[in-house]
Amino acid sequence: MKVTVTVNGRAETHDVETRTLLVYFLREACGLTGTNVGCDTTSCGACTVLLNGESVKSCTVLAAQADGQEVTTIEGLAKPDGTFHPVQQAFHEHHALQCGYCTPGMVMAITSLLKEHPNPTEAEVREGLEGNLCRCTGYHNIVKAALAAAGSTELVS
Amino acid sequence: MSATVTERAGGGARGVVGTRMLRREDPALLSGEAQFVHDLSVPGALHLSVVRSPHAHARVLEVDLSAARECPGVVAAFSGRDLLGEWAAPMPCAWPVTADMQTPTHYPVALDEACYVGDAVAVVLAESAAQAQDAAASVSVSYEVLPAAVDLADAASDRVLAHDASETNRAYIWELAPDAAAVERAFAEAAVTVSERYVQQRLIPAAMEPRGVCVVPQPFGGDFTVYSSTQIPHILRTMLGITAGVPEGRLRVVAPSVGGGFGSKLNVYAEELLCLALARRMRRPVRWTEERSEAAQATIQGRGQIQQIELAADAEGHVQAVRVHLVADMGAYLQLVTPGIPILGAFLYHGVYDVPAYSFTCTGVFTNKTPTDAYRGAGRPEATYAIERAMDALARRIGVDPAEVRRRNFIAKDKFPYASSGGLLFDSGDYDAALAGALELADYEGLRAEQAQRRAQGSAKLLGIGLSSYVEMCGLAPSRVLASLNYAAGGWEAATVRMLPTGKVQVVSGSSPHGQGHETSWSMIVADKLGVSPEDVDVLHSDTAVSPFGLDTYGSRSLSVGGTAIAMAADRVVDKARLLAAHRLEVAPEDLDLEAGTFSVRGTPSRAVALGELAFAAFTAHDLPDGMEPNLEAQATYDPENFTFPFGTHVAVVEIDSDTGRVDLVRYVAVDDCGNQVNPLIVEGQVHGGIAQGVAQAMWEEAAYDEAGNILTTSFADYLVPAASELPSFTLGHTVTPSPSNPLGVKGIGEAGTIASTPAVVNAVVDALAHLGVHSMEMPVTPERVWRAVDAARRTPTGGTS
Ligand code: FES
Ligand code: FES
Repeated sequence: MKVTVTVNGRAETHDVETRTLLVYFLREACGLTGTNVGCDTTSCGACTVLLNGESVKSCTVLAAQADGQEVTTIEGLAKPDGTFHPVQQAFHEHHALQCGYCTPGMVMAITSLLKEHPNPTEAEVREGLEGNLCRCTGYHNIVKAALAAAGSTELVS
Repeated sequence: MSATVTERAGGGARGVVGTRMLRREDPALLSGEAQFVHDLSVPGALHLSVVRSPHAHARVLEVDLSAARECPGVVAAFSGRDLLGEWAAPMPCAWPVTADMQTPTHYPVALDEACYVGDAVAVVLAESAAQAQDAAASVSVSYEVLPAAVDLADAASDRVLAHDASETNRAYIWELAPDAAAVERAFAEAAVTVSERYVQQRLIPAAMEPRGVCVVPQPFGGDFTVYSSTQIPHILRTMLGITAGVPEGRLRVVAPSVGGGFGSKLNVYAEELLCLALARRMRRPVRWTEERSEAAQATIQGRGQIQQIELAADAEGHVQAVRVHLVADMGAYLQLVTPGIPILGAFLYHGVYDVPAYSFTCTGVFTNKTPTDAYRGAGRPEATYAIERAMDALARRIGVDPAEVRRRNFIAKDKFPYASSGGLLFDSGDYDAALAGALELADYEGLRAEQAQRRAQGSAKLLGIGLSSYVEMCGLAPSRVLASLNYAAGGWEAATVRMLPTGKVQVVSGSSPHGQGHETSWSMIVADKLGVSPEDVDVLHSDTAVSPFGLDTYGSRSLSVGGTAIAMAADRVVDKARLLAAHRLEVAPEDLDLEAGTFSVRGTPSRAVALGELAFAAFTAHDLPDGMEPNLEAQATYDPENFTFPFGTHVAVVEIDSDTGRVDLVRYVAVDDCGNQVNPLIVEGQVHGGIAQGVAQAMWEEAAYDEAGNILTTSFADYLVPAASELPSFTLGHTVTPSPSNPLGVKGIGEAGTIASTPAVVNAVVDALAHLGVHSMEMPVTPERVWRAVDAARRTPTGGTS
């Protein structure tokens, strides 16, 4: 079937099998491999993207379900001149990534979280990231980066 | 605690070493540009799917591939027998720890006997991954199910054999008893003895990037490029060559971005061998990406031990001897370093304590489960767990505070270098300082007061405070020591530093990062050595064509061994540049100062030449001193003389709901000493991640099997890798005791957090419950376990489960 999704502002039309998941539509049909796959039970969040501005796990959505909608992936987050989005910048400044595999999903999840809660507490950030696993950072610096990106005054030691 | 680094390695006070430089690795990873193996676009690649045994132990009677071969997109399908001719040797184990070690023959696809759930029995190649998986489901295999050796203690009894043809499940018995009589004497004379049994549950490493392999035959000759999500491209190349019978020089192994390893990618896996052999056979690229549920079976697991530890002490709690008996679960086969993992901990079961007599025995036992191998810390977390829990048991026995019993037994600061009763030379340490720092940061007195108050009030929220003081041996490893342990390779590391004609610098390292920030750290070390900006230093690695020699990344070795090689190579570049500068400035080499990348004549600083100019002059070679070879390039290979011994003390604070058994980790303090720090930002990140992994073993994670040997925890819904919501932020401090083992004075920090945190948390849980009479606690400390322990203690008025 033919599916058209506006990905990072660009219309992407591809012929895919009905069972194709959005994450594989992005990775294989659109060639956007920044969105990662870390599990097969929708548990890890490595595949998180924004669907119409809200974070979804792209391994739980069929490409067909995203037909006619807008998706933002990690590749589309920075400004066209390459200037990082504040969440990306905060990740860099606070060493919130090590191997970087969970990072695209984390960044997208936090971007969406901060849109809903512009000034979260540490506890709200931690709860909000429940669906995103990271094996490297122990979350300490991810939480710190999220709070920094929010311009939050609540400091993590 | 000081938050600054008080001593710098390398280039002096104005350098970048010791600063919190942001990582150069980040931009590609943050923008989605970084390429992991699964991201590589390889036209024409066939996709491999592996058919795995659903039985823990079974005879493979027949493999029927006919239906699979008819499936859409399928190009070929093979049984183990079909592929036997591909192998020049069975899969490698590089660590025969004893001369008589039993090594079951292990092929990438089993021939007649499947020995664990997940053991490969057939493979399918198809044009797409989905087609390969669909077809794999139509492979029909007939099995004769055999009894399985599942439980470790039971397997050790040989009641059921894990391999049909063997006579025993015992792989080996390995002993370390430098003075067995002294140990016996100490136990005979002891005023107090402690005897504890602990179980190290099996763990799934769960790097977030599943494993992936892609092998591409090169068009102009018989060469193969192997892309693998591996920690060890160099070791892998050698082992692939030996096992698949490909001349090593015709293999190029590349580890692109690697999404975490934690030891699980320090191996030579069946799928790597299969992709290579099948690419050779089919003359097409072959690739495979692990499914997460497949990883629970197909990727090695960590830990898996039953530990018996005994302490002999005098009445004041001074430990005179430590005696350890381990039973270590090998799983079904010996993977790359399976048998050696418990041995890496063998020397450390007396921990940070000055214990005159020591003995250790380990029995390696086969079971019908996924093989075990290195997992973050590899042997050392197990050792630390046993001694740190036993020290708490000792403290309870003699009625002193756990901090005090540690202080009484620490190896004193002035005893370093310290010859341990296990036969190591601990390089440097100040264990008291780390303990004092941790207690202060945690407000230990305040916590104890609050705990006493809660107990007095009969609060249902119990407070527990757990300590863990650790030392580890890092910087694997002096090659001569590895020889004495029968390890099949050395422990050196290689590096090249070269200046390009434009004055830019290239560093080539044999270490192979997967999240540790090597490029940033190596550029800092070399920038300081040469006096150039780190931006002018490029770092190349993880590709055997670019870096032909190396021994890769594991065991917190990259900085202390690999970083030292880099520093040595940079020094050699400076030495050569100095001779060239002296020639051009017509002075003696010793009269030159190198400052900010420029050689100037001492006393006449206007007479100077920049390193960049010298690089160009060495490149044109128009005017070199007689006998000097063109170009500024140097290689170094560093073989450490000794291990390094990082140490520290961690404090975990838990709150337990005595009605529900729920355990919350409310506070965590770590004071670590990894010697000089090249980049404190990276050091802290390593500690954070390590703590989380160690806490996870204590509280949530367990690779659980049923009685038939089926793994039950195959997804993140069952295998509980913690999320942000389950952990607190951590409070870190550090001390700096430079290592005399290497010129950078560094020790290593990759595993410290994992080593220290597991016992700290379990000690905290026992501490919270001890007044109720609970003295033993298995991992993970689930609410059910805690509740049952509390309940049992309440039913036994005299208390006590120990
Ligand atoms: S890949 Fe989507 S949640 Fe894990
Ligand atoms: S940075 Fe490696 S999994 Fe998060």
